[in-house]
Amino acid sequence: MRRGLGLRSAVLAVLTVLVLLVLAPFALVAINAVKSPEEYATNGPLSLPGGLYLRGITDFWIRVDFGEKLVNSFLIAGSVAVLAVIVSVLNAYALGIGRVPGRSAFLVFFLLANLLPQEALVYPLYYLSKEVGLYNSQLALIIIFTAIQSAFGTYLLSSVYAVFPREMLEAAAVDGAGKVRTLWRIVVPISWPSLSVLFTFFFIWTWNEFFLPLVFLISNDKQTVPVALGVLQGDRLMDATTTSASALLGILPAILFFLIFQRTLSRGIMSGAIK
Amino acid sequence: MRSHRGYAAFLIPGALLSLLVIVVPLVMNVGISFTRWSGVGTPEWIGLDNYTRLLEDDNFRTSFRNIVFLIVAMAVVPTLVGLVLAAVLFDYVTKQIGPRTASALRSGFYLPQVLPVAVTGIVWGWILHPSFGALNAILTNTGLDALAKNWLGDPAFALYSVMVVMIWFQVGYPVVMFMSGLQRVDPELYEAAAIDGAGWRRRFTSIAIHQIKPEIYVVLVTTTIAALKIFGQIFVLTRGGPGNATLVPAYFAYQNFFEKAQVGYGSAIATVLTLLIVVLSVVFLRIQARDERRDLA
Repeated sequence: MRRGLGLRSAVLAVLTVLVLLVLAPFALVAINAVKSPEEYATNGPLSLPGGLYLRGITDFWIRVDFGEKLVNSFLIAGSVAVLAVIVSVLNAYALGIGRVPGRSAFLVFFLLANLLPQEALVYPLYYLSKEVGLYNSQLALIIIFTAIQSAFGTYLLSSVYAVFPREMLEAAAVDGAGKVRTLWRIVVPISWPSLSVLFTFFFIWTWNEFFLPLVFLISNDKQTVPVALGVLQGDRLMDATTTSASALLGILPAILFFLIFQRTLSRGIMSGAIK
Repeated sequence: MRSHRGYAAFLIPGALLSLLVIVVPLVMNVGISFTRWSGVGTPEWIGLDNYTRLLEDDNFRTSFRNIVFLIVAMAVVPTLVGLVLAAVLFDYVTKQIGPRTASALRSGFYLPQVLPVAVTGIVWGWILHPSFGALNAILTNTGLDALAKNWLGDPAFALYSVMVVMIWFQVGYPVVMFMSGLQRVDPELYEAAAIDGAGWRRRFTSIAIHQIKPEIYVVLVTTTIAALKIFGQIFVLTRGGPGNATLVPAYFAYQNFFEKAQVGYGSAIATVLTLLIVVLSVVFLRIQARDERRDLA
């Protein structure tokens, strides 16, 4: 009995220490983002802040026009999530339910398209977008990410639609519903949980993207949150407290999405794990 | 069966989009890799010269050597640590302490995964900064000044520092995947093994690992591909430096495209990276298909 209790506390202690180590960088960022530079200089990074000094955060917010960056990120990630879900549904309807000829070749193509390194696409995309006047525009990024994300969505959703109850489709056909109507009135509502998981993934993945937005958005007023924060690193105006303020501003939206979407995400991870 | 007629039309928008954004650029990239081109004017055909140059380029070899280290940090270590953590959380913490503690701990390990890669770079760039970083300040305050280092600026430590950052970032993903996989393991199998006198370790190695093999494959392949593609953290933390101590293929290609205007050479790097990833994915799909067939048989 005593041995069991000892083991129990030992395991719990070790795990707690490990989790605290993983969470320590978040805590360091949070406590130092609300310190004044003087306080940081005298007391160092480990002391708890004496008061809530928000100047570092507000100064940084104003300097990079952080509100504008949030709007840009929302616009791009939101548009991509909606459009990529629509494209995934159309593709998966043809491949999973329609079982069009060449279906497995298409599926392998979409899977590989999603795994490709973006470096293999970036220069031609950069060149072509300049040719058609879409360089340095958010529209170019929305089109590109819709294609990349829907490649994954097609792959995943096709396997969901492959096991879609046939009798429901047949019943709709008997009622005289065409293919468009069946898709809209039967398939989409029934697969809504899968679609909301895809939406969540697409939104967060696009929000977190760095490489292509870095290449495509050169004007400051078009940049997304990760790009605006990323390019400022190493800037001589970035001292310890400003850097932690900027890190905090990057962390907060991500944690907010994580909390909002946690249920959808854990469901999504499960279904992703089985497939 | 008349069923698949008329569905092909639904594929048109997606197929056109993929053609425009993926197929055409990919083919162009391979084409450009056989040329010398600065990005303006006409590309000059030079055959395989870019590829022979790659073989002798020290930066290219270093970038792939560094990737091997990053595969250890992003795929191998997180998978091994993830297996142990998932097993302890699932098999011990859930039963002996409670499912809520287990899922709280799981969320804690997973949290770094939700951050944008650039933000992980910012967080660690500050913590590891030689003059105002938190780590050196902590070491100095506790009298361990001797251990304070220029973590990202010293070629002897930079790659190892990046590896630690990547382990921190990745470890939650296998924990979540493996814990969800373990839920599929039939509890009766475990009980039967326990009655036969199998200890915790035997049960884990002979039952659990076998049952969650699909998850282990998926995690190893996706994290290895992620390591091959790594760009954001390198861009923010070190820009491949100091020297080429943390250079990776993706950043090396970026430099050639947008800093050195050697577009043909950059395309060759990107093509090699793509081939590597495609081969890895195809091998994985084959193994997966073979295993599924065997399980059905």
